[in-house]
Amino acid sequence: MKLTVQIEKRYGDFLLNMEFSAEGGASLALLGASGCGKSAALKCVAGINRPDRGRITLDGTVLFDSGANINLPPQRRRIGFLFQDYALFPNMTVEQNIAAALGRSDRRRRKEKTAELMALFRLEGLERLYPRQLSGGQRQRTALARILAVEPLALLLDEPFSALDSFLKRQLEQELREVLDRFPGPVVWVSHDWGEAYRNCPRVCVLEDGRSAPVREMENLMANPGTISAARLSGCENDVSVRPGPAPELVEIPVWGLLLRISAPWREGVRELGVRAACVRPAKPGDVNAFSCRVVQTVEDAFTVHTALCPEGAAPGAPLLWMELPKEDWAALPDRGRFWAAVCPEDLMLLE
Amino acid sequence: MDWFPLYNSIRIAAVSTVLVFFLGIFAAQVTAKAPRLAKGVLDVLLTLPLVLPPTVVGWLLLLVLGPRRPLGAWVQASFGLRLTMTWPSAIFAAVAVSFPLMYRTARGAFESFDQTLAQAGQTLGLSNTYIFWRVQMPVCRQGILAGTVLAFARALGEYGATSMVAGYTPGRTATVSTTVYQLWRTGQDALALRWVLVNLGISAAVLLAVNLLERKEGRA
Repeated sequence: MKLTVQIEKRYGDFLLNMEFSAEGGASLALLGASGCGKSAALKCVAGINRPDRGRITLDGTVLFDSGANINLPPQRRRIGFLFQDYALFPNMTVEQNIAAALGRSDRRRRKEKTAELMALFRLEGLERLYPRQLSGGQRQRTALARILAVEPLALLLDEPFSALDSFLKRQLEQELREVLDRFPGPVVWVSHDWGEAYRNCPRVCVLEDGRSAPVREMENLMANPGTISAARLSGCENDVSVRPGPAPELVEIPVWGLLLRISAPWREGVRELGVRAACVRPAKPGDVNAFSCRVVQTVEDAFTVHTALCPEGAAPGAPLLWMELPKEDWAALPDRGRFWAAVCPEDLMLLE
Repeated sequence: MDWFPLYNSIRIAAVSTVLVFFLGIFAAQVTAKAPRLAKGVLDVLLTLPLVLPPTVVGWLLLLVLGPRRPLGAWVQASFGLRLTMTWPSAIFAAVAVSFPLMYRTARGAFESFDQTLAQAGQTLGLSNTYIFWRVQMPVCRQGILAGTVLAFARALGEYGATSMVAGYTPGRTATVSTTVYQLWRTGQDALALRWVLVNLGISAAVLLAVNLLERKEGRA
């Protein structure tokens, strides 16, 4: 089962231009900053918005084709859409919300199916409650039960946890993962949170200003984002301008006055060097890529310490280098004001 | 006391409220979805009867319905029905003046309706008709009800256009408001006062109903 999407749509000055595909068994994350057109793309796939041009197919069926003038209404696409706030009908009880989706079947069948879904999603006892009386988790389960009642061929999730606090978020994420594991069709999960995308989706498509980058493996995006925006979206805290060094295996960072060893070969178009804060480590003089630096600022997190470092040879106004250390490693440093740090050549990412 | 004017006022208001309910909702649904320019034009046209003097509305109605006007003459010739100076004529006047109240409150309610609910319904395979009547209308229930009550009250109190289109014939077209005018004109102040008190009672009850509905909406 495969969902393929290739669409273009203009909203005033904003041009949405997307191309991606998703297959059953491997959720695809659409990862992008807010306002990059993620939700708009999902609405085009679901048939709520009509793209200007392009083609959308699901399991061989054409859902939209501007050339052939095909545009199936959302009712006939069989695509489940989990909205950000779940969009439960506030005037209906939990039971009625689920039964509404089963509208076409006869009364007895509808009753059976509703009871079956309520049991599957642990909603027994909540039949007569209204959405506003439910907890966040119960709302999500009701919405999922209602979506799966229509036996969709694909699922679209629009930032399903954007408005939740972190404890609830982890718990609901776990529940949602269980549902998705049982779902055979393609799943597209829109998110601006790389952590959420990393935990849940083996494949990822990065969006920037309405344009999509090619779909790739999540592991590959983390190890080698390739572009500055992909690096930032995948949680990379540091990027700094870079140019080729005197030898092929060296790069120069002029603002920090550093020459660093890289493992991947230099390529045309590279503008910046990306470094994840967790890859910066305390080191000894003489280690590979070691440099002396001074601490400008420290920020304590729950279990780690984020430290802003200024390399010794940095020009005034140069960007700071963020380092993230477990608390006990930070506490073990002999001098927490000035020390040597290093980054492995494999952890230096060349970005276009 | 002859209660015919009250009975007549209520039947006119009841029939016109049913008509205005559907017309207003239909107009609200069309304008809420219209492109911006069309929306502005439609809104002005549909709200106009609210701010026009009722006599102007009456004059315009006579222009269309009058026995010597094309429509009025045609209905008279084809069906033998008079469109003016009968009690149902007052329905035209009541509909014209109470329509904007229904239309504007319904439009306000529809515009604050969360469209993602409709979109969710569509992706669940529900027809647009089902979504409108079973989701959008119940969710907008308070606003729609408030609009209906206001329209009913306005229709009940209508005087200007009614007196021009339906006139004042005791026992046939007389309504509460035209009766009050007639009694005052002929110096029957005691009787006029009774009708004034009836009128005050009805209006106060209606406003109370609207306030209760609005308070409920604020809480929901």
